[in-house]
Amino acid sequence: MRRVPDTATRIKISPDGKSVVTSDTEFVINPYEEYALEQGVQLKEKHSGEVTVLTLGPEKSTSIILKALALGADKAIHLKSENFPDDPSAVARVIAAELKTVEFDVLLFGKKGVDDDNQQIGPMVAELLGIPCVTQIVKLDISAGKATAHREVEGGSIVVEAILPSAFTAEKDLTVPRYASLRELVAARKKPILVKEPQQLPGALEIVSVQYPPPRPPGRVLGKGVEAVPILVKVLHEEAKVI
Amino acid sequence: MQGPILVFAESSGREFRKSAFESVTEARRLAELSKTEVHALSIGHGVKDQASSLGKFGADKVSVADDEMLKLFQPDFYRQIALDLANKINPSVILLPATSSGKDLAPRLAIHLNTVVAADCTELEIRNDELIATRPAYAGKVLLKVKMKGNPKVATLRPNVFTAREVTPPTSPRIESLSFQKPVTRMTVKEFVTHGAKKLDLTEAGIIVSGGRGMGGPENYKILEDLASVMGGVVGASRASVDAGWRPHSDQVGQTGRTVSPTLYIACGISGAIQHRVGMINSKVIVAINKDPEAPIFGFADYGIVGDVFEVVPALTQEMRKYYGKN
Repeated sequence: MRRVPDTATRIKISPDGKSVVTSDTEFVINPYEEYALEQGVQLKEKHSGEVTVLTLGPEKSTSIILKALALGADKAIHLKSENFPDDPSAVARVIAAELKTVEFDVLLFGKKGVDDDNQQIGPMVAELLGIPCVTQIVKLDISAGKATAHREVEGGSIVVEAILPSAFTAEKDLTVPRYASLRELVAARKKPILVKEPQQLPGALEIVSVQYPPPRPPGRVLGKGVEAVPILVKVLHEEAKVI
Repeated sequence: MQGPILVFAESSGREFRKSAFESVTEARRLAELSKTEVHALSIGHGVKDQASSLGKFGADKVSVADDEMLKLFQPDFYRQIALDLANKINPSVILLPATSSGKDLAPRLAIHLNTVVAADCTELEIRNDELIATRPAYAGKVLLKVKMKGNPKVATLRPNVFTAREVTPPTSPRIESLSFQKPVTRMTVKEFVTHGAKKLDLTEAGIIVSGGRGMGGPENYKILEDLASVMGGVVGASRASVDAGWRPHSDQVGQTGRTVSPTLYIACGISGAIQHRVGMINSKVIVAINKDPEAPIFGFADYGIVGDVFEVVPALTQEMRKYYGKN
């Protein structure tokens, strides 16, 4: 589970041009991990068991951990690191090392973080652990030690069966996350959070620069209502040359 | 940079995907700059006969794994084949399309090769013999230029961004058949379930007609389907209309949906909130149809019509029908 800026946030580039400013940003649980967490909680409600959330991040991640505990997780592991490198392979190695000490049947990830959009950690962790990983899933059923997952691909979905323990990365359609009640938010404070120091690994991905995308040249309004339609077709053909 | 450039040339059925040609073209360009070869990898069932067609885009060699078990993307099988080949030829760079398969395969390969992926790149350059990849982050609110420290450099290329170009004269690639030994796996790929008649995915479409909250309800998307069908495009949707249950998530364009870069994007009844904007801002041409002249979409659309979608869109369909009938 990752702590990421809310998707409605405007992103500002730091003066050094190599990172983004996050001081006045509102942070949330990465949306794809909310779908994954909801799936975990639903599996627990159906099959019993326990849901543990694992996060690698700074001290401030406590707020998203409490939120996850309020949303139905039973306990949390916080690998606390203020400046862990922005490198999915390093993150995957640290998470895999931690997971080697934990027993689980189902390992759920978001398909990607909405911050760096790297989309690598889930399959990397699974490869390091030598377990199956089905990415971008929109449906998951578990029975008799086996998972049936639907992974969303271009033009349809692929049905994959995997023997547990297995990893999955959540696509948006997987679940609709619930809201936490005030009572659950209070109760979350009593749930256990295990805080650990992860091994610091060097990052293999170096950011050379961060830039804003080039602005689009200003466009123009061609007119009002149906009268503008023939003008549109004409400019698309003659000026923009896209039809 | 030493070692060939390895390209995963993805197929859909027996045909190469457009992104395979895009990736081979980009590999050819990099290979010229670093004086090395383009080595393509084709995996699938019934794909052998088409392998040499990658010569049109400048492949020097094509390794083919053709087996019934490889008909659909099975991560453990594809990873094993690609990894064995990479270990044999020691590529300097591995390029994959940033499709559902490419995005799944790249990190698996990278972690075994002790490296990392530059994901969903929109530009690659070689500076002082180093590969620099440009990739959008925060859904494209910013662009990162990144360098990878490990070797090989693995990058996935966003579909529809790199242009496939035929080389003259075409190369005659050497074709090599790879034997496929099924590795131990605890995953079984059962079947492909299609979404229906829609042939193209949003990420690969040249023309997208997209609808937002202004469409008013699921039944009204018919007018967008009609326009898309006349123009040979596909229909997309905003987050508001997907969250309302009007359209499936696979149609969603934006930060928690697809990022698209078609030649023409027609936004109908879409206000243009930032999370939508970042998913379509790299379209070549953006047209906005919205009754609210103050809608943010008019701030970044190339052409706008202020008007009711229920009047303008059917009129546009009529006009396009005439246009396509004539041309």
